[in-house]
Amino acid sequence: MRFRTESSPHVIPRHSVGGVMQQVLLALIPGTLAMTWFFGWGVLINVALAVGFAVALEAAMVALRRRPVGPTLADNSAIVTGWLFALAIPPLAPFWITLIGIAFAIVVAKHLYGGLGYNPFNPAMVGYVVVLVSFPREMALWPAPETLPQMPLGLWQSLQTVLTGSLPAGMEWDAITRATPLDALREGLVSGRTVSEVTASPVFGSFTETGWEWIGNFFLLGGLYLLFRRVIRWEIPLAVILGVAIPAGFFWILDPGAHASPAFHVFSGAVILGAFFIATDPVSAATTKLGRILYGAGIGLLIYVIRAWGGYPDAVAFAVLLMNMVAPTLDHFTRPRIYGHSSGNGPPPGAGP
Amino acid sequence: MSTPADIIRDGLWHNNPGLVQLLGLCPLLAISGTVVNAVGLGIATTLTLLLSNVIVSLIREHVRSEIRIPVYVLIIASIVTAIELAMNAWFHGLFLILGIFIPLIVTNCAIIGRAEAFASRNSVPRAALDGLMMGLGFTGVLIALGALRELLGQGTLFADFHLLLGEWGHALRIEFFPEEHGFLLALLPPGAFLAMGLLIAVKNWIDAAMESGPEPAEDAAAETGPSAG
Repeated sequence: MRFRTESSPHVIPRHSVGGVMQQVLLALIPGTLAMTWFFGWGVLINVALAVGFAVALEAAMVALRRRPVGPTLADNSAIVTGWLFALAIPPLAPFWITLIGIAFAIVVAKHLYGGLGYNPFNPAMVGYVVVLVSFPREMALWPAPETLPQMPLGLWQSLQTVLTGSLPAGMEWDAITRATPLDALREGLVSGRTVSEVTASPVFGSFTETGWEWIGNFFLLGGLYLLFRRVIRWEIPLAVILGVAIPAGFFWILDPGAHASPAFHVFSGAVILGAFFIATDPVSAATTKLGRILYGAGIGLLIYVIRAWGGYPDAVAFAVLLMNMVAPTLDHFTRPRIYGHSSGNGPPPGAGP
Repeated sequence: MSTPADIIRDGLWHNNPGLVQLLGLCPLLAISGTVVNAVGLGIATTLTLLLSNVIVSLIREHVRSEIRIPVYVLIIASIVTAIELAMNAWFHGLFLILGIFIPLIVTNCAIIGRAEAFASRNSVPRAALDGLMMGLGFTGVLIALGALRELLGQGTLFADFHLLLGEWGHALRIEFFPEEHGFLLALLPPGAFLAMGLLIAVKNWIDAAMESGPEPAEDAAAETGPSAG
């Protein structure tokens, strides 16, 4: 009788890459639905378009690189990239914004660097930053959640708007778009008003009135699900949120007239989405425990610094990309003690006993 | 000993200062936003390379090796100063746009690199040919980058050529799409780096394709080279 012997690894991980990405997609659904509720069909159209472009470009790049197309598409990472990108851009952005952004994300940021696992930068954020920097006019057209219910755009009208880049007859961009809360805060503070004066404008609501905070809550729900399923770990999201909240709280206590409250900073813009879904990208984030904490705190701090003193109202994408650059260094300097080696000035791993 | 054909091939392709040596990237990336800027800086750099190579080659027997680098820098700086004054006089508009990057040609390492690596070891005609070809290779990369960035960034080609050619230069402008639809990133510094990376990739791709292609033809060309020179 022959016994079958197997070589290591004997412990098989519970999650395949495709399975992890599936969980992420599942967790994105509540937040996406909330965005659709507040901003209309455009959100879903953008998601469908971006995912379609991402999968098509991924297949094309893999085929160009003469690799098997099927297994690569099965890891679902292109779908996640497309989906996250679609959530970052304005809901009625014309389709070519999506096409250019996704092309940069998949072709340049992912496959020119060697495909999934080799990309130093988060692909979705590279695509987003490219279109944000290149097309500031189109990227500023955020519909106002409180005016859309009076002028609802049907599915068909939204599709037309996305494909042609112009609204149906009788509607004006100025009528349905409005500064986001972060834009309004930034403009208001620059023009010398105080926070309480700025937040009195109808763009802002207390916690339940306008859409922005609710969207954050639903992404938080998805994020907690990912934590519960152990797809992501707690260090990065917590560090990002504290990284925003602590400096925001410090300046808020110093001068509440000139700085918004930490709760406003955490729940506006893309901080929650970024903390749970973008900063936790397993490829481009730091991997050691201390490294993850430092990485997340760096992202949070950079978000606050760029929001408060930088040139853009929100900064999650810039902060993530900047910290992506530092992630390998963080990993290098926070290497945990290897079993059998002493910590501190012991020999480097692989150098023998 | 390399033949004139080798010198030409090296300068324009195999040892191109922009694509292979990656020298002089600062002006290459900073000033290649439009074709006219690229042509202007390319001509200035080519002239500098040609003149500095000739002079360095002329004095190569008389300069002690200990002090050769300061001497080269002095020569290059004098040439660049002359070119700068000439551009200020005859191409004033372009001179204002190129700004600091004309005096900065002094520090372009492609120039001192050629002086040290080639001109100081070769006869005057060969050094002159090398300077000219390296300059043309550099200019070629500048123009390719400038054309790519101008086309993507502002939808035109050969805009503002009146700065270089006088009034009839306006007629050269080709507009592909209105400027406000331009891809702003192409005009910004990241666009320069991305476009440069793509150009290098295309060159390597062509080289790889040629290597796997008709090998004997290239050997034959290399063998007929010396007799032709």
